[in-house]
Amino acid sequence: MTEPRKIRLATVSLAGCFGCHMSLLDIDDHLFELAGKVAFDRSPLTDIKRCGPCDIGLIEGGVCNAENVHVLRAFRANCHTLVALGACAVNGGLPAQRNHLDLGRCLTAVFQSRPGMDTGAVPDDPELPLPLDQVHPIHEVVHVDYFLPGCPPSGEAIWAFVSDLLAGRTPRVAHPLLHFD
Amino acid sequence: MTTTDEHVEAALQRYGHRADVLLQILVELQARVGWLPSALITRVAHALGLPRARVEGVAGFYSFLHLAPVGRYRVLFSDNIVDQMLGSRALMAQLCDTLWLSPGRVSEDGLVSVDTTSCTGMGDQGPAMLVNGQAIARLDPARVNEICELIRAQRPLDAWPAHYFAIDDNIRRRDALLGSAFVPGDALRAAIALGREGWLAQMQASNLRGRGGAGFTTAVKWQACRDAPGAQKVVVCNADEGEPGTFKDRVLLTRCAHQVIEGMTLAAWAVGAQQGLIYLRGEYCYLRASLEAVLAQRRRAGWLGAGIGGVAGFDFDVEIHLGAGAYVCGEESALLESLEGKRGTPRIRPPFPVTHGYLGRPTVVNNVETLAKCCLIAQHGGPAFAATGTAQSAGTKLLSISGDCARPGVYEYPFGVSIRQVLDDCGAREVQAVQVGGASGVTVAPYEFGRKIAFEDVPTAGAFMVFDATRDIFEVARNFVHFFAHESCGFCTPCRVGTALLRNTLDKLAKGNGSAADLTEIEDLDRLLKQTSHCGLGSSAPNPVIDGLQKFRPAYERHLRNRDFVPAFDLDGALARARQMTGRDDPGAHLDNATEAER
Amino acid sequence: MSTPHFLLDGLPVPFEEGQTILEAARAAGRYIPHLCWHPEFAPHGSCKLCVVKAAGRYVSSCAMPARAGWEVESDTPALNTRRRTLLQMLFVEGNHFCPACEKSGDCQLQALAYDLEMTTPRFTHFFPDRPVDASHPDVLLDFNRCIYCELCVRASRETDGKAVFALSQRGIHKKLVVNAESGRLADTDFAATDHAAHICPVGVILHKRVGFRTPIGARTYDAAPIRVVAMRTEADDD
Ligand SMILES: Cc1cc2nc3c(=O)[nH]c(=O)nc-3n(C[C@H](O)[C@H](O)[C@H](O)COP(=O)(O)O)c2cc1C
Ligand code: SF4
Ligand code: SF4
Ligand code: SF4
Ligand code: FES
Repeated sequence: MTEPRKIRLATVSLAGCFGCHMSLLDIDDHLFELAGKVAFDRSPLTDIKRCGPCDIGLIEGGVCNAENVHVLRAFRANCHTLVALGACAVNGGLPAQRNHLDLGRCLTAVFQSRPGMDTGAVPDDPELPLPLDQVHPIHEVVHVDYFLPGCPPSGEAIWAFVSDLLAGRTPRVAHPLLHFD
Repeated sequence: MTTTDEHVEAALQRYGHRADVLLQILVELQARVGWLPSALITRVAHALGLPRARVEGVAGFYSFLHLAPVGRYRVLFSDNIVDQMLGSRALMAQLCDTLWLSPGRVSEDGLVSVDTTSCTGMGDQGPAMLVNGQAIARLDPARVNEICELIRAQRPLDAWPAHYFAIDDNIRRRDALLGSAFVPGDALRAAIALGREGWLAQMQASNLRGRGGAGFTTAVKWQACRDAPGAQKVVVCNADEGEPGTFKDRVLLTRCAHQVIEGMTLAAWAVGAQQGLIYLRGEYCYLRASLEAVLAQRRRAGWLGAGIGGVAGFDFDVEIHLGAGAYVCGEESALLESLEGKRGTPRIRPPFPVTHGYLGRPTVVNNVETLAKCCLIAQHGGPAFAATGTAQSAGTKLLSISGDCARPGVYEYPFGVSIRQVLDDCGAREVQAVQVGGASGVTVAPYEFGRKIAFEDVPTAGAFMVFDATRDIFEVARNFVHFFAHESCGFCTPCRVGTALLRNTLDKLAKGNGSAADLTEIEDLDRLLKQTSHCGLGSSAPNPVIDGLQKFRPAYERHLRNRDFVPAFDLDGALARARQMTGRDDPGAHLDNATEAER
Repeated sequence: MSTPHFLLDGLPVPFEEGQTILEAARAAGRYIPHLCWHPEFAPHGSCKLCVVKAAGRYVSSCAMPARAGWEVESDTPALNTRRRTLLQMLFVEGNHFCPACEKSGDCQLQALAYDLEMTTPRFTHFFPDRPVDASHPDVLLDFNRCIYCELCVRASRETDGKAVFALSQRGIHKKLVVNAESGRLADTDFAATDHAAHICPVGVILHKRVGFRTPIGARTYDAAPIRVVAMRTEADDD
């Protein structure tokens, strides 16, 4: 018997806190099982810098700047199945709490009126990605196939969700695993 | 100068400090003061013994009441698609340019503000506007220039040329109602001679169905009200005529006011009502004086008041209430709330108005045209009326015809007339579609022009808007969806949020950012609105889009990018503020809105 | 004669004349989702979560009197999809950031979203700008989460004999206002002991200084789903 092909999985954190990635590592014993079934493509867990063709992409975090848009689009282009992982990817989360504020005033507040930051100006280095005027959940920028909310989703929820995906079942997250907090 | 307090006192005096006429008091104060400052709201609340928040809530509901300062001249352009087709948007831009202001804003000196408003009921003589609530039709660039001058010179409105405010009737085809002379009292005399029972029997025999949209059998409604327990019954004339493209009630109230009010009195005779109310849409406030005159005339003649027609105990009189810019108030239960001085939110039904209506009393609500038709039945008998029209739609129907045709105006036809016939009569050519029944009605495609105007085929409250081959049917529907989102009362979730989402999605398509996924989303929203809305506004809001997607799908598909998904917001535009803050304009400071790489 | 009954998802539910579908179902131990309905008040009919299909027509079960012989569908995939869409609308209309909300775990909107397996807000967010009112010494108002159920309006008017809350504006611009010219809760006669202070199903009307007393994970709907909690009598709640 030939070994079943390993599922290629990529993950990324956009405007997130890596909490969801920590939770992913929190699946404890299942990590070995997962490692047996999947090969990691681009991910903070690997050193791969660009996402190649993948079966599954897990996106943590919302879209807050131009770079996030590029990365998200690359994931969408390469991943057969794209998953919004965690509150920020699902609805913008904490970063989106700035959405009712004017971006200009946010930038001024950060760069011009904070002690230690008084360079006098908002940085204009072309290397730096420009922020969008509002933070968007990822489904407002690309088509998203599945959503796993939670801040972060528990290791248990992630494992249940990923197992479903790997087994070819429509992932279902219900009480008590489904959480928005 | 009269102080605000004096204005408040005068308005309260006029309405006898009654909390249930709160809306009328606010309408009067809006006219006197120009807006409703928060101290005024507090005073009104105090004087009427109402919670302040409730008064604020009512004032905040109606488009024509302003809780923030507006210009001393408030110019509102009618924004129905038909006005737009006649050039209203360009005229608004011209006015704004000339007066140095932008729509929705008040000029810095507080002199003038300019905005759009829902259809003002002048589709046959547009583009139209309201200036401080007064209707002006047949606008063109020259007249707009003159208006700019009058505003700059701060001429009071009553010193503006009188012909500006002349509104035409444009009656193009007469039949049973418009074609017959009417002597006030004739119908009542006949009905009184029949006795209350006998009169109701004639109504039953007539098969008259409501002309306001729903087509409910009038006699059944009257009978239910008559049989409902409770004294002090009420007859309400629904003169809200808010459906975009409709204006036939305006013409009836102008030309046939006696028939309309006599119709109310006939209803009162049948059900045993003492009180009558006309709910006149704010846009038609210019008709109030002539209607009051007719009421006074009828009181003098003994056709209103105590002992009508010499019958002891037949006491009935009519009062006029003004609306203040809310289409939903045409829905009968919202209308009753509004008459009671509240926010125009539709009630839970059952119970229905015939048992629990105005102030909880049994109430008949009928459309202007329905009531006028009752006179014909009293004069000529129910069977004669039933013999005209079609089997399920007796009598005639007034159509308000506007849009791409040579002779817009009011046409009276027996029910059963074909759409093709109507199009021929009004001089329409190269017709792409007809919107029958207004924004909430049916979009009729050419292959259906053989269909008939009748409850059992193409029902209509009266609007008939014609679109020729040069028009974009998608844009027509988008205009209507904007109307519904603007007019949603916001009571129920599906309509409050759903109409706004539908509007945003159509706007997305209009900007060229549509995707196949959006069409699926639109169809899903349509279904939800239809199935779960609290009232007819929400459930008919998706009609133009449903019809459009079915009959004019390419008009929608033209607006799609050929990919699965496009964001609803402008990605590059979302970087504009950051570009401004950093002074950057390098390629990295931009995003291509279009590319989501193909999957 | 036996008491009249109707069929709810195929099973008989008895009812008394005048009882609504939702009330009768509840009395029979059957749950129909609801947000704006509350046993102490007359039906309101605004949220539409209680939508059912009765004799082929879609109706609000909280407001529609039951009729003998009706076949009523409620817990079906199609209706639950409609309900999920309504929840998604309520989520994108306001600003709901559950991880930072004191109501999380005790919130009926969130609990219904769990129960109906809503995993995404799906629509494009409105991100409205709704300021918070922290003026009152004991109670905070975070309007970002209002679903316009008007329970506070009704409780203040009918139970407390006050009129602290009302709605203003219309359509998507509708908003909750308080009974003061200043627009501040502190300038009303509102008290933390009012019934209206304890009735909000979501996280708008919040008591100060009790924040996160019950840890996340140990709250009402962490222990049991809303379809169980909602069936307890009011005495058990609150
Ligand atoms: C959103 C909405 C707006 C309506 N507007 C009007 C109107 O402007 N005039 C009218 O007569 N009926 C209107 N109706 C219909 C009324 O609810 C009611 O059916 C009618 O006034 C009854 O009168 P009739 O039986 O004589 O037609 C409207 C209904 C809805 C749902
Ligand atoms: S359907 Fe629209 S207009 Fe009717 S009650 Fe609901 S929100 Fe108001
Ligand atoms: S009110 Fe409920 S749904 Fe909204 S943020 Fe708070 S917990 Fe979440
Ligand atoms: S504040 Fe709470 S109780 Fe009041 S209307 Fe909003 S959601 Fe309902
Ligand atoms: S519970 Fe019935 S509409 Fe809200």
